[in-house]
Amino acid sequence: MEEVKIDKKINIKGLICPYTFVKSKIAIEDMEVGEVLEILLDYEEASRSIPKSMEDHGHKVLKVEKINDTDWTIVVRKEKE
Amino acid sequence: MEFTEDQLQRYSRHIILPEVGGKGQKKILNAKVFVVGAGGLGCPVGYYLAAAGVGTIGMIDNDTVELSNLQRQIAHNTKKIGVHKVDSAKDTFESLNPDVKVIGIKERISKDNIIDLIKDYDIVVDGSDNFPTRYLVNDACVMLKKPLVSGAILRFEGQVTTILPGEGHCYRCLFEEMPPPGLVPSCQEAGVLGAITGVVGALQATEVLKLILGKGDILKNTLLIYDALKVNFRRVKVPKNPDCPVCSENPTITELQDYDAGYCRI
Repeated sequence: MEEVKIDKKINIKGLICPYTFVKSKIAIEDMEVGEVLEILLDYEEASRSIPKSMEDHGHKVLKVEKINDTDWTIVVRKEKE
Repeated sequence: MEFTEDQLQRYSRHIILPEVGGKGQKKILNAKVFVVGAGGLGCPVGYYLAAAGVGTIGMIDNDTVELSNLQRQIAHNTKKIGVHKVDSAKDTFESLNPDVKVIGIKERISKDNIIDLIKDYDIVVDGSDNFPTRYLVNDACVMLKKPLVSGAILRFEGQVTTILPGEGHCYRCLFEEMPPPGLVPSCQEAGVLGAITGVVGALQATEVLKLILGKGDILKNTLLIYDALKVNFRRVKVPKNPDCPVCSENPTITELQDYDAGYCRI
């Protein structure tokens, strides 16, 4: 997979649902269409729910990765306003 | 503006809706809504608009809280008997949500003050209990081109309609003239099941929020009638009247009139 340029990163470790998605959504709303957001989180349920919610909102989930024992990163490209 | 952490929590169930989001919530926070009446309908309308974070709520009512109001007027309480309704409502709504500023006006709305009162607001909500006020608010909103969400209740029935001057019908397209006082139920006959006011008020608040967000269909050219006994919602088409005395191209009513007749105020 080619390397994706990340335009913005947020760290939402320590947050639980629904604030994980609230923070992620506010972050992506402030970006331009085509830009890429990387989300760092440690709440397992959100590693499944955020990608689903982002797709429901019309964005493209490029990657969901467990990076260590506690943390995940999710990479999302903004597809629409 | 950026949301505070408290605001992100308070409005989280709004923000995660695709139709609202942070941008929609900011529109709600910046909105100014004027509510006519702090009674049966004004209470639930103001309550939900305050909870939603509508930044400025204007509210006019000249009455004080009476014990007989408390069966339906949920912004007030037993300790507020004798207090002006707008002061009681301001206390309730601002306690619910410190993001909200309530501007209470202890006057009767009239042809002389209505234009100044509503001109700086985005949307007007009619929660009044009498025909002269209903027609006054309609005519003023048509003249100022203000969106108006009108509601009414009696016994087990409620009605809601949303008037967008220039786009859809107005109240006079629906009922051109006020009914004569004799046809209006007298005070003794005018009972109401308290919970009905919550149904109708919540519908009005929902219409207001959709107007602010610019999302969904609204009750333009439509009267929604709720019959609680039959548990029935009915939508009635209300075409714009090309000869309407106030909202047609050649109106016969071009200034606000003296609306007060010998009506019993419920």
